[in-house]
Amino acid sequence: MSGPILEVRDLHLARGVRRILAGASFSVARGGLVALMGPSGSGKTTVLRAIAGLERFDAGSVVVENVTLTAGGPSAATLRELRRHVGLVFQFHHLFDHLPVIQNVTLAPVHVRNMAVAAAEERGRQLLAQLGVEHRARALPRELSGGEAQRVAIARALAVDPPLLMMDEPTASLDAGRRAELGELLRRLTGERRTILVSTHDEVLARDWATAVLRMQDGRVTT
Amino acid sequence: MRAFALAAVVVVASLGLLAPHAVRDRDVRPELRWAGDPEGGAPYVEADPNDPAKVVGFDVEVADLIARGLGRVPRFISAPFASIDQLVARGDAEAGLSGIEDAPARRAAMAVTIPYYEFREVLAVRGADAGRYRTLRDLAGHRVGTLGGTMAYEILLGAGAYGVQAVSYDDDVHPYSDLLIGRVDGVLLDNVLAERRARGMAGITVQPKTVATGHYVAVFAPGNVAMRDSANEMLRTAMRDGTLERLFRKWNVWNGDQAALYERLLAGESVAPIADVEGGLAFAPTNRWEATRRYMPSLLRAAGVTLVLSCLAMAGAILLGVAIASGRVYGIAPVRLALTGYVELMRGTPILLQLFVIYFGLAAAIRLPAFVAALVGLALNYAAYESEIYRGALQAVPVGQLEAARTLGFSEAQVLTLVRGPQAFRLALAPMTNDFVALLKDSSLVSVLTVIELTRQTQIFATNIGSWMVPGMLCAALYLAMSLPLAALARNLERRWSAPTR
Repeated sequence: MSGPILEVRDLHLARGVRRILAGASFSVARGGLVALMGPSGSGKTTVLRAIAGLERFDAGSVVVENVTLTAGGPSAATLRELRRHVGLVFQFHHLFDHLPVIQNVTLAPVHVRNMAVAAAEERGRQLLAQLGVEHRARALPRELSGGEAQRVAIARALAVDPPLLMMDEPTASLDAGRRAELGELLRRLTGERRTILVSTHDEVLARDWATAVLRMQDGRVTT
Repeated sequence: MRAFALAAVVVVASLGLLAPHAVRDRDVRPELRWAGDPEGGAPYVEADPNDPAKVVGFDVEVADLIARGLGRVPRFISAPFASIDQLVARGDAEAGLSGIEDAPARRAAMAVTIPYYEFREVLAVRGADAGRYRTLRDLAGHRVGTLGGTMAYEILLGAGAYGVQAVSYDDDVHPYSDLLIGRVDGVLLDNVLAERRARGMAGITVQPKTVATGHYVAVFAPGNVAMRDSANEMLRTAMRDGTLERLFRKWNVWNGDQAALYERLLAGESVAPIADVEGGLAFAPTNRWEATRRYMPSLLRAAGVTLVLSCLAMAGAILLGVAIASGRVYGIAPVRLALTGYVELMRGTPILLQLFVIYFGLAAAIRLPAFVAALVGLALNYAAYESEIYRGALQAVPVGQLEAARTLGFSEAQVLTLVRGPQAFRLALAPMTNDFVALLKDSSLVSVLTVIELTRQTQIFATNIGSWMVPGMLCAALYLAMSLPLAALARNLERRWSAPTR
């Protein structure tokens, strides 16, 4: 497949009188690490949520691979198809509190992709090892540090292998050393079959590790 | 119009409250407070329909007669039938009269007067069965109803030896209405009550054969022998001069039995509390320890009924509660509205009322056995409370986790069963355990549907031996034996689920 993996066209979204997105348009090429920059309140998180099908918008469209979202609510079938292509790692991780790390990672492969439990665990352990948190496989989310929880959340999203992986403010709670580590990790995860779109206001991450940078201001993408 | 009716009720009620004081102001004689149960109705004690503060009946007139003889002003105190002895023993009233039966245990526990009326325990059956159910023995293998804590109930327990199943009621109306609809096949009660019901309800035949003979007495506190002796004198005088005969004739309950009874009493004969019991059935022991030993198996059985009923009702409440909560969280507007209505209806009305409606009220349309009605009633009521717990717990699971699950591709049903449900269940566990313990105790309410559970059996036991001490302690111990392990189990589960797995 060629062409951009993601195209966002003229997205509008208002909550009451507050305009959050005011005609945001951009596209993301296949295979890069793209940083979506902008000050707080510029609409970065909302754009990511709209692409993930979590936010209804008033006008415009989102196209991911062969799936198109338009204004108004998408059908359950459209969302199901969308989520084969898009993954989202939340700023606050939102791990499933009642399950140990390994089951956080294997729950979707087993129940959504119908993988055998043993195979899902095998792959889950590989992912955790790749992210350096394999030793925490039996721990519960509340026993993890912020950095560990983030890596588990990334592993959980990668476990269903989405071609487009989005991350919301991944460096917000990391110190400088950890940020560099994360940048390197994300670059490593990027490749032919995976594109990463990161919302951030971390200039260093954008400068040192991103393959492309988009800037948002007042609900629009300016570059 | 409604406001006027309300005002009228308030005025009538305050007049009722004021009346005794008004009497006291005019009359300096001391009061004789006497306890009776107006639910017993005519001809014993009945609230005057024109003035609920006033009671009428032959027991009221006997009480007046005793009070007058003692130089006192009678004052009526309303009490549940089964509690009259206890009320008098603790001094809330000086005397008790309300068709109170002479019985060996009562003689041991209270100061009892000489009998003033002799009654016969008689069997009432449906007209169609009059030919085949003539005696208790004919009812072997059948359910026979009566008032709990009475001599008739004791006789039915004794008749258990040949297969009669005793069914205990709190009042004397429902045994007969249940007889007509086939929930019981016979009713054993005093001829005075039986004849009154047979007159008022079509299709009931009172069998002529006497199952046992008993007597009505007045009771005084055990230490109040002097007043009892004076009352006995009053009664003897009234027997001699025909006052009692006139009184009972007025209430249409005079018969030859009374003349014979008075003759024996006035000749100085002592009268056995109970006589002529059909087939010489074993009868209530007088020794408390012996009674405790005799009642222990039935107490344990009743505890079993409480436990089984509570467990089944809780299981039903959980299933229904989950359905209601899911409907209220996920359902469309009309479904949410209907379920909210259900929850508010069940929480906003007394469970006792709901049980009555399910068992007696719906009997015309659907005739549930007592245990099933109790189970359904408790489950329906508790489902409302459980659903509120689950709804709260479902809403307490962070939205972020639900969104995370959605972005991973889970369907809404999977989000509920894999992510939201399990976490909500853990949150709900502690309040659910509380509710289960509460249900265990609320299950005592089903005794109004003739289900003999632990509290009801204890009450029968206590009434029979004339004391609450031993039965009360045994009952409490049995409830604790059920509720404490439950609380421990819940604590255990909570600890396990909140502890790190490794």
